[in-house]
Formats: sequence, structure tokens, C-alpha cells
Amino acid sequence: MSVVATGLRQAVEDAAAYLYVWALKDIPQDLRDALLDAQQRETSVPGRRVLDTIVRNVEVADDQKNLVCQDTGIAVYTCLVGEHFPLHPTRIYEALKAGTERATLEHPLRSNAVHTLTRENTGPNTGYRLPIVHWEFIEDWDGLDVKCVPKGSGSENMSFLKMCVPADGVKGIKQFVLESIVGAGGKPCPPGIVGVGIGGSADYAMYLAKEAIARPIGTRNHDPHVAKLEEELYDLLNETGIGPMGLGGDVTVLNCHIEHADTHMTLNPVAVNYQCWAARRASAHVAADGSVDFDREA
Amino acid sequence: MARHEVTFPITDEAEILKLRAGDEVVVQGHIIGIRDRTQIRIFDEGVEPPMDLRGAFLLHTAPGVRKREDGGYDPVCIGTTTSARMVRFTEPLGAQYGVRAICGKGGFPDEAIEPMQRLKMVYFAIVGGAAALETTQIEEIEEVAWEELMPECLWKFRVKDFGPLTVGIDAHGNSLYHDVQSAALKKLEELYARL
Repeated sequence: MSVVATGLRQAVEDAAAYLYVWALKDIPQDLRDALLDAQQRETSVPGRRVLDTIVRNVEVADDQKNLVCQDTGIAVYTCLVGEHFPLHPTRIYEALKAGTERATLEHPLRSNAVHTLTRENTGPNTGYRLPIVHWEFIEDWDGLDVKCVPKGSGSENMSFLKMCVPADGVKGIKQFVLESIVGAGGKPCPPGIVGVGIGGSADYAMYLAKEAIARPIGTRNHDPHVAKLEEELYDLLNETGIGPMGLGGDVTVLNCHIEHADTHMTLNPVAVNYQCWAARRASAHVAADGSVDFDREA
Repeated sequence: MARHEVTFPITDEAEILKLRAGDEVVVQGHIIGIRDRTQIRIFDEGVEPPMDLRGAFLLHTAPGVRKREDGGYDPVCIGTTTSARMVRFTEPLGAQYGVRAICGKGGFPDEAIEPMQRLKMVYFAIVGGAAALETTQIEEIEEVAWEELMPECLWKFRVKDFGPLTVGIDAHGNSLYHDVQSAALKKLEELYARL
């Protein structure tokens, strides 16, 4: 690698190491606001008890500089790579992996990574194909945006896919999201963000659902048809009564985000990916000269 | 919905019977951390646990810890995992070892209701993810067994004001999870009709 690339690789590694720990300790302001709003709205006694505890927990994490939740998750990164960014994605991946490892060992963080069959630990939150990176490439740009989304297993286990058919229509999509969230009950640590991916193919719908949970809370899809569905589902989900931690109440979800792709005329895939109330994320903008701006709200 | 303070391990079954689904509970004394692999070892591999579980409060956890030079452990971040994966161990934990309380997040499905009633056990709901707070309520990690299963070892914690917990399933056959699910399924029919 050139001198420039070596410096950039180090900048990306440092950014990843910082982002992973930062995301785990200091949740974004939009999430804090959403949790306070939920606390005000909730009327059930156990639901209110849960939300009071959540708000107190976020304060304790701030005071003690501790992790908000013990589940350090699997490290998921989304990378927007400019076509002129002077470091190849191969090296970006290497740097993200090294940063994840370093953060895990230095803090130390609990390491969750295991081989799927042997269940033996594979490394400090790293392993074969871990961390997971979502890539997007941007034309006419020389920067890199990295977002770290540590994804806990309690919510990830509540992921669902249905290959609805065109005749099921939008109604089929709504029904599947509703039945998924009711079925998940208290397991994914509600109230959180319901991520929905529609269209594309089976695998791509799930990928899009994961993209949806990584957005700032309450942001709306650029497509007005999709944005309308987000609003409708958000209201419907909060009518189910599942409530905080599944103990019953008014606030079942903090919001519903949808990402979509166009699809085949005979397909109507719908994927649901849940993000718990501790919807952790942290971002950095890396410039071509290696300077880094951290951004909690992106 | 009453508020209780209970010290574990308990010797008097009346302490369990006074708890009702929905009540708020704060726990003192000792609790034991346990998880998937710990229970697979006990029940599927038939290895006797090297800790007394009579009257115990079990917590579904895999703590983040720091090892001290003297071999002991300090808590870094201790939280609670999803209980539903481990529901099949409820009956044998009560029948063979005399466990009185299981605490986790997300609840147990209905199959836990009958054994909990018969064996006079309760399920406590903790707030999942609220680990920063939970860690401050753990005074000391007193004992660790089966370290090779790290972090899914058998842990003994001394706690102070552990909670607030909600009684999710009581020893009288009531389950908040069952009630919330039944109501939600009924509500879904109404919502579907509106779509």
C-alpha cells in the first residue's frame, strides 16, 4: 500500500475501534428523545415501570461510562464508499475487522462470536465473515461514511421473512408485520424499531430490513407510498397492546422504518428485522486525507 | 399490584405464594447466574452442578467480567438474556433442585405455567438491556464454577436492591405473557378487519 493508503487504513481502523465502543455506551439523541416520549405516553403500570427503568439505565450508563446493554452484539457496519476514496474496500474491511478486535480486547468487551456448528469462540467479536458489512458505492465522491450498528441477539432472533404473493397486496405485508411483532412479544426488548424490507428478492428484502433499523428514529422513506405505509404500520403496531418488554401497554414500538427495492412482477417479499430499545448506532465520516469526523446522529 | 422485597435463597414457600403476576419485586441476598450451555451440561450431559440450588433465584445471564490477578472476577457489564430459549429446563430445575425463581427477559411461553404452579415457582421479568443499572446492583461475584464455559458459567452473585422486577408468571397459574398474547391475538382480528 502507498503511504496515503497506510495512513487511511489506520484511520479507518481507529474509527471502527472508537465507533464500536461509543455506540455501545452513548445512545443517539433521537433515541433518548423517543424513549422519554414513550415514558410520557405509557399508561400501563408494568409498562411504565419498564420505561422508567430504561431511562434510569441510560443515565447510569452515562454516569458510570458503562455499556447501556451487556450484549455487545455482532458488529454490523454500513459503508458508503466514494468512487474516488483512495482505499480499496478490501483494505477497508481489513481495517474494520482489526478495529473491532482491538475495541473488544482493549475495553474489554464480551466476545460473542462462535462457529455456527461447533459453538467455539472464533475471536474477539470477529470470525469468518464477521464483522458484517453492508456496502454502497457513491459516484463522484472521495469520502467514506462508516456506521457501526452493534446488533444484539435478542432482537436479531426475532427476524421473519414471508414470500407474500402479489394477490396478498399491501394488506398481506401489513398482516405479516403485525403478526410477527405480536408473535415476538417481549423477546426482542420492546419498544424498539421495526425494520421492514419489501421487494427485491428473499435475501435482499432481509438486507433492506437491516438497513431500515439503522436509520435515525422516525425518518421517513423518500418514496411517499412507502412513507405512508411506515406511518400506518407505526400506528397499527402500537394498537397491539404488547407493550414495553411484552408486559402489556400502549408503547410496543418506537417507530417503523421501511426500505424497499423494485421486484419481479410475481414477487411480494416482506422481511422484518427488529431493533431493541437500545438501538445503538454511531457514525464517522472519513475524508480522503484521513481526517475523521464523528457523528452520533447520522 | 403490590410491591415486595424478597431475600434469596428462600426457605419458606409462603414467600413465593404471596407474589402475584404484575407485582413489583426488589431482591436481596444471593442469586445464581445460568444460561443455555450451563443447563445443557446439567440436564443433557447429566453433570451435577457444584452449587446448591435449593430455594435459589436463577438469572439468565452471561456476564461481561474482568479477571483479577487473584483469580476472582469483577463485573464489567452484567445484563439478562432472553428466557424463552431455556423454558424446557423449568420443570427439572424445580423438581430436581428446588429452584424457586427464574429471572430473565421476554418471558416464558405457556408450557412453564403448569410446572411453576405445581412446584411453587415464579418467573421474574427484568428489563432486558438495562445492564448498566443491573451491574450497579451486583455487589460481588462470590463464586464461579465451570469457567471453561465462559461466559456461560455458573455464577454466584451477592446483590443489593436488585430490580425493579415484575412478577411475569406466579405460582398460582397466572401469566402476564399469556394474558397479553391472548388480548393481542384478539386485537389482531379487529385490526385485520380494518386493513
